[in-house]
Amino acid sequence: MEFKPRIVAFLCNWCSYTGADLAGTSRMEYKPNVRIIRVMCSGRVEPTFVLKAFANGADGVLICGCHPGDCHYQEGNYRCLRRYLLLQKYIRQIGIEPERLKLEWISASEGKQFAELVNSFTEKIKELGPSKIKDTIRTFA
Amino acid sequence: MEETKPKLKLAVYWAAACGGCCVSVLDVHEKLFDIISAADLVFWPIALDTKYHDVEKMPDGYIDITLFNGAIRNTENEEMAKLLRKKSKILVAYGSCAHLGGIPGLANFTTKDEIFKRVYFESESVVNEKNLIPVPEYKAEEGTLFLPSFYNDVRALSQVTEPDYYLPGCPPQSERLLEVFKAIVSGAELPPKGSVIGAETKTQCDECIRKKTENKRIKKFYRPWEIKDDGITCFMEQGVLCMGPATRAGCGYRCIKGNAPCRGCYGPPPGVPDPGAKMMSAVASIIDEKDPEGINKILEDLADPAGTFYRFSLPVSLIRRKIL
Amino acid sequence: MKRITIDPITRLEGHGKIEIFLDEEGEVKNVFFQVPELRGFEKFCEGRPAEELPSITAKICGVCPGCHHMASGKAVDAVFGLVPPATARKLRELFYMAHFIHSHTAHFYALAAPDFVLGPGAPPEKRNIVGLIERVGKEIGTEVIRQRRIAQEIQALLGGHQTFVVMNIPGGVRRGLSEAERDYVVEKAKGFVEFAQFTLKIFNDFVLGNKDYVDLIVNGPYKLTLHSMGLVDADNRVNFYDGKVRVVDTHGNELCKYGPDEYLEYVAEHVEPWSYLKFPYLKKIGWKGFIDGQDSGVYHATPLSRLNAADGMATPLAQKEYERMYSTLGGKPVHATLAMHWARLVELLYSAERCLELAMDPDITGSELRAEPGPIVGEGVGIVEAQRGTLTHHYWTDKKGIITKANIIVGTTNNNAAICMSIKKASEGLIKKGIVVDQGILNMIEMAFRAYDPCFSCATHSLPGRMPFILEIRDANGGLLQKIKRD
Ligand code: SF4
Ligand code: SF4
Ligand code: SF4
Ligand code: FES
Repeated sequence: MEFKPRIVAFLCNWCSYTGADLAGTSRMEYKPNVRIIRVMCSGRVEPTFVLKAFANGADGVLICGCHPGDCHYQEGNYRCLRRYLLLQKYIRQIGIEPERLKLEWISASEGKQFAELVNSFTEKIKELGPSKIKDTIRTFA
Repeated sequence: MEETKPKLKLAVYWAAACGGCCVSVLDVHEKLFDIISAADLVFWPIALDTKYHDVEKMPDGYIDITLFNGAIRNTENEEMAKLLRKKSKILVAYGSCAHLGGIPGLANFTTKDEIFKRVYFESESVVNEKNLIPVPEYKAEEGTLFLPSFYNDVRALSQVTEPDYYLPGCPPQSERLLEVFKAIVSGAELPPKGSVIGAETKTQCDECIRKKTENKRIKKFYRPWEIKDDGITCFMEQGVLCMGPATRAGCGYRCIKGNAPCRGCYGPPPGVPDPGAKMMSAVASIIDEKDPEGINKILEDLADPAGTFYRFSLPVSLIRRKIL
Repeated sequence: MKRITIDPITRLEGHGKIEIFLDEEGEVKNVFFQVPELRGFEKFCEGRPAEELPSITAKICGVCPGCHHMASGKAVDAVFGLVPPATARKLRELFYMAHFIHSHTAHFYALAAPDFVLGPGAPPEKRNIVGLIERVGKEIGTEVIRQRRIAQEIQALLGGHQTFVVMNIPGGVRRGLSEAERDYVVEKAKGFVEFAQFTLKIFNDFVLGNKDYVDLIVNGPYKLTLHSMGLVDADNRVNFYDGKVRVVDTHGNELCKYGPDEYLEYVAEHVEPWSYLKFPYLKKIGWKGFIDGQDSGVYHATPLSRLNAADGMATPLAQKEYERMYSTLGGKPVHATLAMHWARLVELLYSAERCLELAMDPDITGSELRAEPGPIVGEGVGIVEAQRGTLTHHYWTDKKGIITKANIIVGTTNNNAAICMSIKKASEGLIKKGIVVDQGILNMIEMAFRAYDPCFSCATHSLPGRMPFILEIRDANGGLLQKIKRD
């Protein structure tokens, strides 16, 4: 059976979400494996959300925010960047391939870039294969 | 006529524990006599003669309160947890090991095979030409000898049975135990099942006496030995990792009093499912840098994020063991 | 074949279990002392920053956490290539003396004394600390709890956390002692010395004053002829915090003396499939099995072995007591397992005297608490004497000081083989064809391993002071023949 990666994408409402919308309305093709979660700002993406997504079976997690300097809340995307880099360090240590987590800046007009990003990320996850996280961490209580 | 309240039946049991939790019960010192006068200890391997068989024979719900300490590391720990659940009205996960998996839970960074390999084959002092390892059943010339089976994962009590309450700490501060005990004896209404008891709802930082500045940012992290601690300023503001922001208050910030940063044995504050994730947010907010390379350079100085953020809580965290 | 199972904490506890096999005649065929527990610290310390290990490894044992904190602290100093300044070194030793006072006091009163003061054959319900208090007076019970509390308060003063101190940092300590605090410690230490002397007096009156006990110590089924290990200072006197490990043979002649970083040349560990705990032995002699005597590689590391391995005590009152002990028991070395109790009290007095000495030392309130960090060496060994034996921590790190490997030989582990053999000796001496195994015999067997104050079973630090006990005699198929329970 072909492996269909399950990807969770946290998209900032002000930019990336609109970008994704644009990709949709202008019928740019991107892989249908993405569960999109809209957040008010990438700075609102708590590390907990990312880890929960992995624990619940996501094969990959994508976070998108406004380009540096464009965040509606000034500092949100920088905070997101720092969290993301720290999360990378952590997931590497706990044995999750760092490639399964990705952060990109996508503006409201970058529908094409968004579609490309989703496609390339999906390819990457396909290469990595299904995540073993959910099975490994299961307890049989 | 005066009604005499029947004495409470109390049990204390240790699973994969260090003994420190049992000692913390003794560390109420002179107050131990108060406990003994209000409760009959019906089962406490450290101190009493009651046996496994005797516990099995008790009717279900016979014990009023069981303080269960230690993590679940092998078959025997799990069997005892389930037995005591059945026999106890109130089952308390007592101490970090039972509550969160504790220090033994750090073994979830590795596996049973790796541990056995290190301890019985690779250890520099071991001489083991026949490559022997302990086995659950060993047929000696004289008869069969049994050992409990060692699990691949360490679990907290809640991952094998359902505790009623959680009393945090490594070990819990003895005064906290006394408070909880007195409340139960007085017949006061108990908090809802599943609650953390014997601790605050605030964070360690809320109670800590070290000096804090609003919105302080830092440019570098230090290992504790790399700087001269001034003994006054918040550790995080000095660039030394402290688990205070992701830790529940209640211990009386006892490590900080000894000039050491908190390592989180009281577990996460209310509403925080994963202390490490909370700590990652806290660390991310204190870093004064916007450039990815610059941020990575600062993060390089965090020597062991997983082992520090989850020092006491790996088995109950969202990614509860190393993915292999 | 019959089988006797002594499961101190009946199969549920898992910290120590004894299986005695009897042949058809009812004679002891073999004895197994099993430790059904392993947590794997050696492995999961890998990846942790070295400076965190003194706190992490303290969680090996909540009864003697201070020993691990110290051995680990010293190994970490070595990893970082640091030598703590005098003040830091003395503060650590001061803490350590409080730790010894705390532990030795608890062991003697809660555990050992009931057997001697009330007698090994006293009814079990009396043979505990409550019975002890009835016999010797109530003030003593209160005093024991008080002294133990004070020792703990001193630990908290020096190390923050009352149980798991956070004192050590690479190259020193995190907190100094003020003049006022020193005065407090001096006053309390004087109390410790008095209390230790008083404890020895109890031992003297109740144990040594009774011919039967002295006879039991010297001639009972408790003699095990082993080599003796202990840490000594430059003058070969007992030291708990620092020095070289000296081993004397069964005749008292020096077999070896080594510094911490040489331990691998002298000590090795044997594995058996029926216990999670390894069996250390002297490497140069080799593992010859569970046998005692001059040719065996088995040694012990206990209060008695420490006294055997040294030429004396470093404080005056303890030295006197040391001399008295050896002259009473017929000279050095002593191989009577039960003499460990006396040796422990000699050590209690030494700890108290040394505590006072250190508290009055002008350096103790010094302000130089840490050595300046330098280049990381990447490997280090730390050795201290834990209450229950020589404790060795050995770490390897990468160039950033992150642990890549760790090896730990815990105090009690040293005595694993010795405990097995002591139990066997006692069983052989007590369980004979035609003898009905009863409570008294049970307790006499129990006394054999209780002397070691073994740490797998923190039952040895219990207040009521009784080792939980159930004894089952089974046939070879596991059918229950006889069951004795001590209530
Ligand atoms: S919580 Fe701490 S004190 Fe209690 S058993 Fe675990 S390690 Fe020991
Ligand atoms: S981070 Fe640590 S030192 Fe700072 S306030 Fe919080 S608990 Fe105190
Ligand atoms: S300061 Fe932190 S690590 Fe220390 S006892 Fe308190 S909660 Fe536990
Ligand atoms: S509003 Fe888009 S990242 Fe902050």
